[in-house]
Amino acid sequence: MVMSEGVAPPYLSRELEQPGKTRKGSTSSQRAGSRWGRRILTAFACLVYLYLFLPLINIIVFTFNDPAGRYNISWDGFTINNWLDPFKDQELTNAFIRSLEVAVLSISIALIMGSLVAIALARYRFTGSRGIEIFLVLPLTTPEIVLGASLYQLFLGRNVVFGFSTVVIAHVMFCVSFVALTVKARVRGFDWTLEDAAMDLGASPWRSFRKITFPLILPGIVAAALLSFALSLDDYIVTDFTKGEFTTFPIQVNNAFRVSFPPQVNVLATIVLIVSVLLLVLTSVRSEKGATR
Amino acid sequence: MAADTSSDDRGLRKGKWAPYGLLSPGILWLVLFFLVPVMILVRTALSSKASRFANPEFSWQFSNFTSAFTDYGPQFARSFLFAGIATVSAILIGYPLAYWIATQGGRWKNLLIGLVVVPFFTSYLIRTIAWTSLLKDDGVILNVIHAIPFVPQDFRLLATPAGVIGGLTYNFLSFMILPIYVSLEKIDFRLTEAAADLYGTPWQAFKKVVLPLSMPGVFAGSLLVFIPAAGDYLNNRYLGSPKTSMIGTVVQDKFLVQFDYPVAAALSLVLMAIITTMVLIYSKFLGTEGLAV
Repeated sequence: MVMSEGVAPPYLSRELEQPGKTRKGSTSSQRAGSRWGRRILTAFACLVYLYLFLPLINIIVFTFNDPAGRYNISWDGFTINNWLDPFKDQELTNAFIRSLEVAVLSISIALIMGSLVAIALARYRFTGSRGIEIFLVLPLTTPEIVLGASLYQLFLGRNVVFGFSTVVIAHVMFCVSFVALTVKARVRGFDWTLEDAAMDLGASPWRSFRKITFPLILPGIVAAALLSFALSLDDYIVTDFTKGEFTTFPIQVNNAFRVSFPPQVNVLATIVLIVSVLLLVLTSVRSEKGATR
Repeated sequence: MAADTSSDDRGLRKGKWAPYGLLSPGILWLVLFFLVPVMILVRTALSSKASRFANPEFSWQFSNFTSAFTDYGPQFARSFLFAGIATVSAILIGYPLAYWIATQGGRWKNLLIGLVVVPFFTSYLIRTIAWTSLLKDDGVILNVIHAIPFVPQDFRLLATPAGVIGGLTYNFLSFMILPIYVSLEKIDFRLTEAAADLYGTPWQAFKKVVLPLSMPGVFAGSLLVFIPAAGDYLNNRYLGSPKTSMIGTVVQDKFLVQFDYPVAAALSLVLMAIITTMVLIYSKFLGTEGLAV
């Protein structure tokens, strides 16, 4: 199938650039048409950024809202109380912590399994590798609702208790493909003879993995980890089908929406946003340093 | 290909058992929690259920599939229409932005493309709820729209198809921008200078050179937007109304509320089958036409 190459990896695109590939470029003035064309394009791009960030601005602004009713949807007045007491809603806080637990556990499992798949595909030549690559893409081209529904049918009637473990199983499932494809894109074209060189110089296989292979695939793993973290924390549909009575942060927000929408939802979401952006900046600064070294 | 010696290909190994060992945990997980569940879903779709709380009995019940079309035709039609419009909108919004970053981003490219990912780091559900706050009848956006002359006083966005399509476009827009950006980044923009040397206008250079070369990105992005959009039910829950219900709404309701598993399974498989068919047709079309322009 045609899509197997292009579909998954482009998410964190800058991480996917091949090491050592030089930019073919020319000055920007030669690139994009006339001056007016460029100005219109720039203005349009600014509008798109505004569109992308409008809900985020809304979320952040409403952390300072003092809602009159139980819904933090209309602006009623400024307060910083929500930030002073972000964990006021006990159920919400618990769900938030459970979301983090699910994310950390499923990412850890998915990172190990996905990276091993990526190494196998990038490093070895074996019968069936093409089939494996197509198989990896399938969960990504399947609508989430089908993934959720089929897992629901698998667990139902098999004495499986819906809860933390079924949610983790589901999250690992949809993260493994992303991890494998992201890490694979990163290590494609890597010179594996370096490993042989290390071993020729007397390094044990474990040492050569630790000193050569692992540092080389690490940027891919970091990109995959960030992506999976966002995917897991964000997921609603697959979780909806595998949760039972268990609630994650988005599920709790949705369930509570019938009776309330407290500003603490916005505060917790903003905290996640700030931490993620910091991580993103930190890793991209580090990878840029690595690239220039 | 398999007969090549490994030393030619930068240490790529001809594996015997090692690659299969590396693959097995990840692939086994996907077989157990993706492939097997989908097969169980097929079995459920061909079962009948005597009453609401009875277990589904396998009985080659093909009528589940026909009723998927006869009873839920409008929901299917809406799902594909909404997802289609959202995909086209995402191309129209996302392509210019990706082009702007690729051609005029300069040293800020990484930051600019990183910003596109930032909305992912707040929950998809909370972003959608933020849109309800922005789009509500006395919200910021409608106040601006109502200030425009000749806009009818009862014009609204919440609980309309436009609201749902807007939400779908927004929530999956980044999936469009990233792959388009990746494919634009690979283009050697000196080609447009060559086109100019040959008396091509900037527009011709774009149409004949840049656009065809970026089609793989547009293709990947379209899949990444269309697939989740077609199976979504959260945007409809928060931004739509029962009149704009999509197929995901029906599947979710039948599985988790009404326990009508056979019909729900048939519906989700039909969704999966239609999407897979469209993917194949689309890739065939682009594979022959789009790349050969």
